[in-house]
Amino acid sequence: MTIKGKAYIIGAYEHPLRKAPDHSVAQLHAEVAKGAIEDAGLSRTDIDGFFCAADAPGANAWSLASHLNLEKLRHIDSTDMGGCSYLMHVAHAAQAIAAGKCNVALITLAGRPNSEGSSGTTVRVRGTNLPESPYEFPYSPVNLNLYAMSAKRHMHEFGTTSEQLAWIKVAASHHAQHNPHAMLRDLVTVEDVLASPVISDPLHRLDSCVVSDGGGAIIVARPEIAKSLNRPRVKLIGASETTKHQSGGKIDLTYTGAAWTGPRAFEEAGVTPADIQYASIYDSFTITVLLQLEDLGFCKKGEGGRFVMDGNLISGLGKLPFNTDGGGLCNNHPANRGGMTKIIEAVRQLRGEAHPKVQVPNCRLALATGIGGAIGHRHGAATVILERD
Amino acid sequence: MPTFNEDRKIVDPPLNPGDGAFFDAAAQGRLVLKTCRACGQAHHYPRTMCPFCWSTDVHWEDAKGQGEIYTFSVARRGPGAPYCIAYVTLDEGPTVMTNIVGTDLDTVRIGQRVQVVFRHSENGTAVPMFTPIAP
Repeated sequence: MTIKGKAYIIGAYEHPLRKAPDHSVAQLHAEVAKGAIEDAGLSRTDIDGFFCAADAPGANAWSLASHLNLEKLRHIDSTDMGGCSYLMHVAHAAQAIAAGKCNVALITLAGRPNSEGSSGTTVRVRGTNLPESPYEFPYSPVNLNLYAMSAKRHMHEFGTTSEQLAWIKVAASHHAQHNPHAMLRDLVTVEDVLASPVISDPLHRLDSCVVSDGGGAIIVARPEIAKSLNRPRVKLIGASETTKHQSGGKIDLTYTGAAWTGPRAFEEAGVTPADIQYASIYDSFTITVLLQLEDLGFCKKGEGGRFVMDGNLISGLGKLPFNTDGGGLCNNHPANRGGMTKIIEAVRQLRGEAHPKVQVPNCRLALATGIGGAIGHRHGAATVILERD
Repeated sequence: MPTFNEDRKIVDPPLNPGDGAFFDAAAQGRLVLKTCRACGQAHHYPRTMCPFCWSTDVHWEDAKGQGEIYTFSVARRGPGAPYCIAYVTLDEGPTVMTNIVGTDLDTVRIGQRVQVVFRHSENGTAVPMFTPIAP
């Protein structure tokens, strides 16, 4: 049993706003749901599967199902694994479609952390009864220093440098300059990144993603429906998910769960990293990108620093165009969760609908991968491989 | 210019049932580890079931309180900054999240030998942290 070829992404929509103080979270979800179903050329009453994560009001599906007035749901999945939830949802939707549980699945993400003053330097309380909290909270583990500890260890073991990490931001900025919605549209240099304040050693302000409002949605459907629509078809051919954590105290921060999801997704898809023409790589921080590139097999472990240098991630210049919308590093990171926008830009590339300055010519094979949570203590990871028919 | 911060407010550990013994020991100046009688391995954070073999035959043992820094980061911005978060690999095996204190944070390095010290959270709970062992 495989999900290869069992489902297609037929609709995608990214909210244009990056600051939405007058929007409610439910309104943002509604606007992206409408955008995606209209992009697919279908309507509300076609939707019989609904997927959302903890960014949904109430951290559950029932409020939004009611708010959107989805009346024909046969399959519901509110899997939450932080920012990579939506990549998991794509795979789960394909599984549900393959099992005959639904035909047209809506996946939504939205939030307004920019308007609500969210910060990467304050502790995120993820629950009151977490067993690890007494042994972590007193030490102020925040997203920035959790990822910074991973970067520090990678530098120690492999000689990775801050200059190399900075190249990832530089590449993202090259793409963001063409995106009128991007929060940061100015080109930056390696020197700019290194001159920005160190927030948590060794990560600088410009090693970090933006904090933005907004959201996005996609529609996943069975092949017969995709083939009835007059659009370029984006087929799911491989997917995998996992979690990685502290393993009872046997900790290795030099790799992510993508080391497990990548090989499994490639095997299911029957392709190799060398075949991938475009990659959406989750970019909460520069180090997040570097680790996943290694873990997915785009280069060997420890060689990510050299791989990303000299514009190798810039579309039209390097070997692996990544995050051509500007990514979380420059474009947006709605609800502090970057998984949805990773899928959406991969869909644009495969449809040939990316900005002409960053469009990969004849893009037929793309990968989207993500991390939810924090590499420094525990995270989810998910990878999907998409092909244009 | 050296970087010190001994004034940072430490968040109280939000205890669940079963967590008291660890912090009671800390109040007595002891670092304790949950250790499994079935497979012999210590783990952290402490559980009522060994995460390696799922035996429930686990008990507290005193740790030496020494280890080496696996990784760290000095937070320069945000509440309480500057401070140093770290993972320390204890001589008994487990790698534990902690803070490095009582030293110039600019001199902290991976591989440095450290020993446990105790600081108090806002409600007076003793919390284990680590400080470099004088060479």
